[in-house]
Amino acid sequence: MTVAAEAVTVAVTGATGPARTAAESVVQSIDWLAILPPVVVAAVALLVLVADLFVRESRKHLLGLASVAGLVVALLALIPLRKGDRTTFCLVDDATACSYTADHFALAVQALVLGGALLTALLSITAAKDDTRIPAGEYWFLLLSSAAGAALLPASRDLATLVVALEVASLPAFALVGLRRGDKRSSEAALKFFLSSVTATAVMLLGVSFVYATTGTMHLTEIATRLDDVPAQLDTLAQAGVALTLVGFAFKTAAAPFHFWVPDTYVGAPLPVAAYLSVVGKAVGFSGLILVTVVAFPSYADVWGPALAVLAALTMTVGNVAALRQSATRARGAIRLLAWSSVGQAGYLLVPIAAAAYTSDTQIGSTVAYALMYAVVNLGAFAVAAVVARTRPLHRLADYRGLYATNPLAALALGFFLLCLAGLPPGIIGLFAKVAVFSAAVDAGLGWLAVVMAVNVVIALFYYLQWTALLFRTPDGAPASQESAAGTPAPAEGGGAPRRPALPVPVPLALAIVLTFAAGIVLSGVPQLILRFATGNLFQ
Amino acid sequence: MIDISESVMQFLLALIVAGPLVGAAAALLPAPPGLKGKSPDQAVLRHGIVVTGAVLLAAIVLVLGFDHSRPARMQATTNLHWIPALDIRIHLGVDGISLPLLVLTALLTFLCALYSYFKMPAGPSPKAFVALLLVLESGTLATFAVLDLILFFLAFEMVLIPMYFLIARWGGAQRTRAAWKFILYTLLGSVVMLLGLLLIGLKSGTFDMVALATDNGRGLTTSVQVTAVLAIAAGLAVKTPMWPLHSWLPDAHTAAPTVGSVLLAGVLLKMGTYGFVRIALPIAPEGMHTFAPYLAAFAVVGIVYGSLACLSLARKGNNGDLKRLIAYSSVGHMGFVLLGIASMTPTGVNGALFANIAHGLITGLLFFLVGALKDRYGTADLDTLAGATGAALYGSAPRFGALLAFGAVASLGLPGLAGFWGEMLTMFGAFDPAEGLSRPAFLTFMAVAGFGTLLTAAYLLIVVRRVCMGQRRANAGPVADVQGYEFAAWTPLVALTVLAGLWPAVLLGLTDPAVQKLLAGGKS
Repeated sequence: MTVAAEAVTVAVTGATGPARTAAESVVQSIDWLAILPPVVVAAVALLVLVADLFVRESRKHLLGLASVAGLVVALLALIPLRKGDRTTFCLVDDATACSYTADHFALAVQALVLGGALLTALLSITAAKDDTRIPAGEYWFLLLSSAAGAALLPASRDLATLVVALEVASLPAFALVGLRRGDKRSSEAALKFFLSSVTATAVMLLGVSFVYATTGTMHLTEIATRLDDVPAQLDTLAQAGVALTLVGFAFKTAAAPFHFWVPDTYVGAPLPVAAYLSVVGKAVGFSGLILVTVVAFPSYADVWGPALAVLAALTMTVGNVAALRQSATRARGAIRLLAWSSVGQAGYLLVPIAAAAYTSDTQIGSTVAYALMYAVVNLGAFAVAAVVARTRPLHRLADYRGLYATNPLAALALGFFLLCLAGLPPGIIGLFAKVAVFSAAVDAGLGWLAVVMAVNVVIALFYYLQWTALLFRTPDGAPASQESAAGTPAPAEGGGAPRRPALPVPVPLALAIVLTFAAGIVLSGVPQLILRFATGNLFQ
Repeated sequence: MIDISESVMQFLLALIVAGPLVGAAAALLPAPPGLKGKSPDQAVLRHGIVVTGAVLLAAIVLVLGFDHSRPARMQATTNLHWIPALDIRIHLGVDGISLPLLVLTALLTFLCALYSYFKMPAGPSPKAFVALLLVLESGTLATFAVLDLILFFLAFEMVLIPMYFLIARWGGAQRTRAAWKFILYTLLGSVVMLLGLLLIGLKSGTFDMVALATDNGRGLTTSVQVTAVLAIAAGLAVKTPMWPLHSWLPDAHTAAPTVGSVLLAGVLLKMGTYGFVRIALPIAPEGMHTFAPYLAAFAVVGIVYGSLACLSLARKGNNGDLKRLIAYSSVGHMGFVLLGIASMTPTGVNGALFANIAHGLITGLLFFLVGALKDRYGTADLDTLAGATGAALYGSAPRFGALLAFGAVASLGLPGLAGFWGEMLTMFGAFDPAEGLSRPAFLTFMAVAGFGTLLTAAYLLIVVRRVCMGQRRANAGPVADVQGYEFAAWTPLVALTVLAGLWPAVLLGLTDPAVQKLLAGGKS
């Protein structure tokens, strides 16, 4: 395949001479290698769907393995693109206006999306095996389709492709949320998610059509140049278009006040799907938002800059305050807390985008770096939640009490992930990702936003730390005297209380935890690996 | 004193910072065969002694190898790229200001590890205890050794989690609440401090503390300096703690286990004042100039407030907790340190640094003593201890009583002991503050601080009278006098208190050139 793609590229570059035929001037050339990552995922998705019809029930788990393999191949397909200089689907008469660009921004987000989907798949293998209400074939197809859309989105550089990619990423996600047959909460969550998302799409399409009406082009870079000199009578229309498009993306990123669907959807969805939405779903929304604001609408920075700054402040405050109020004994409290905390984190992610409106420097790299950090540790936290849910399916925060005694490695990993999310050593990468976001805000002169964020960081620390502290408490039911007595509360001598034996952790789950934990540790030692995105222009 | 090659010095400093971290990781692993000891608990506690002892040894060799003729120069420096994207470098080094603090930290942690080997605080596994203690040591040492603003912040934050768990898991009554209060106060402060540090770094283009100090604020406009100092000082003032941001301290100290209190008072509080001297003074002098009078005012209010709180706790019938009392006395003592810094003169800053070390030694000793007292009597409540006439420690445990009296008079600033010089020099500094600061205001502050020393003497003498003197109760059981391990853990502190009191030049000779250079910036 690679060789074929190279051949196509060569043929295309050879055809740019004066002796072009009429057919060549209309048909766009395709650089297959550049679009390989999303294509591989989409192809495997179809393959799995068809194979599901022919595979016996006892062999269904092979579908999961095939999906994981497909995602790994897609990730590997990013490696030959690492120079970030490939573009394809360019206009024949204007080689700079391309619909698909594999620049560094696209590659970073694709790596995030595909890696996130891979970890979700690892979580899903166990979930699909345990939960008979989930139809395996459809599940894998939907997951991969959504991942394909999510991988396409950061590379798309025209509004039509952007909207299509967004919908390809979202539509399967509705189905995934509601996939659990006969589960009322699941269906309700799916409906809520669907309605809010469709509204967002409708609003966005209206905005896009306004923008198209004023500029007459779909390509983001073309829009940017033409918006510079919009005729005076169309200026209002252009502003409305910009605002509506942003509102659409604000829905997708679950920015306040468009966040209300998040907690119910996460709680109702199967756990891996919630993990997927919190990471990949967010990444999709954010990359779309970055593309339209920074690439397409830079001349309206005075419109979206302050708006996004206010949204960021609002989002982080709403998310963190709500997360703070989760009680320890409520069923599904842990998932709810993760859901609200993801809203809070979305607020931090918005900060550099807002800051990009105020400075000529490119700030959005901080968002990419932060999103990468967040993806790793949040998926890790969901993986540990999946492990805990195997013995205590209620997802209460109280279920995590004394996890260190029964499963020390999972407890240490979760503690590390939570401290990364909080941004406190030993979660050094979380700290530095926050530093990058802070410096983007301070650099842009958004001092007030930095202060709001600082307060939020402390609020968030409170609940993350409370959860972390819970992990190392004496387990429930153990006699109180044991806590004060010196000596190791070893699991073997389990107090007097009946302690549930720790089930062996399934291999895919263990693999997911180990991968995320190792990634977190390595990144804490060498933060440069992702923080290099925070400097320099990613759109080159 | 002895000639050690620069690369060995670099290695020693890196070892001092990173060694405890490696030791902490090793503490969590099972003991290797041959080192299993009598029990896993004993083995891990011994591991703690070995690691902290090695770090102390490295610190002592570092002192010996330190070029004492040029203490103003950064020595044993390492400067490596770490995160080029944010322009953060691993920049380590020591000069006359940080060296004494480094040694103090290594010493106190070693003594704490030694003390815990024989007297492990009640709570869960010693394994985690030792690991946390070592992480705490690493964070504190790193704070004093790093020369990069962001790294300083990282080290500053690194001590929070271990200290939180030390209080919350091995502490006494009310420990959960106290631990929360400790971490939330400090975090709120340090996040604000981060903003200030970022502001400095982004406006001046570097996070390097040496370069910024040489620049002496010339690359920063006054408004940036004022904003930055406001933010940074807020974070540092919570840590120090400065009145009125001190209210986490008494709770944390009351609830913390003995070694937690010793390290909290002896070392962690110094991180705040060290930050003032290392960052606020040289990097943003104009901003510091703006806030110096306010800082001094808060400092002297702290001195008087701390003393009054102690007086009230020491009075009969108020159920004063001795640990709480010493915690409040720390607020007063740190007030002197802040006053010295706020005077912005070499005399004042030297006095502040001296008082820092003296407070670390004396209050460390006092917390050890009160902890031991609490272990013996089962309470640190002054009224229960003293009964009608007094606890009569002189009669029942004469050596113990003498040590307590020694600690108390050292703390009240008796000439000839370490506490005296710091207080005197800071007041001298306030007597003649830096150019541009209002002299009458600082004279007033000096007078108030002087009044504070009287109050300090009053409450400490009351404590001595109520704990050490009095009638022996007939029905009281025997009270163990100073044990061998206690003797081992406390003697170094006593000896150093006397040494620093009789021969202050040993410290001032180190700090003075460095302070002169710091205040003058690149000019000298």
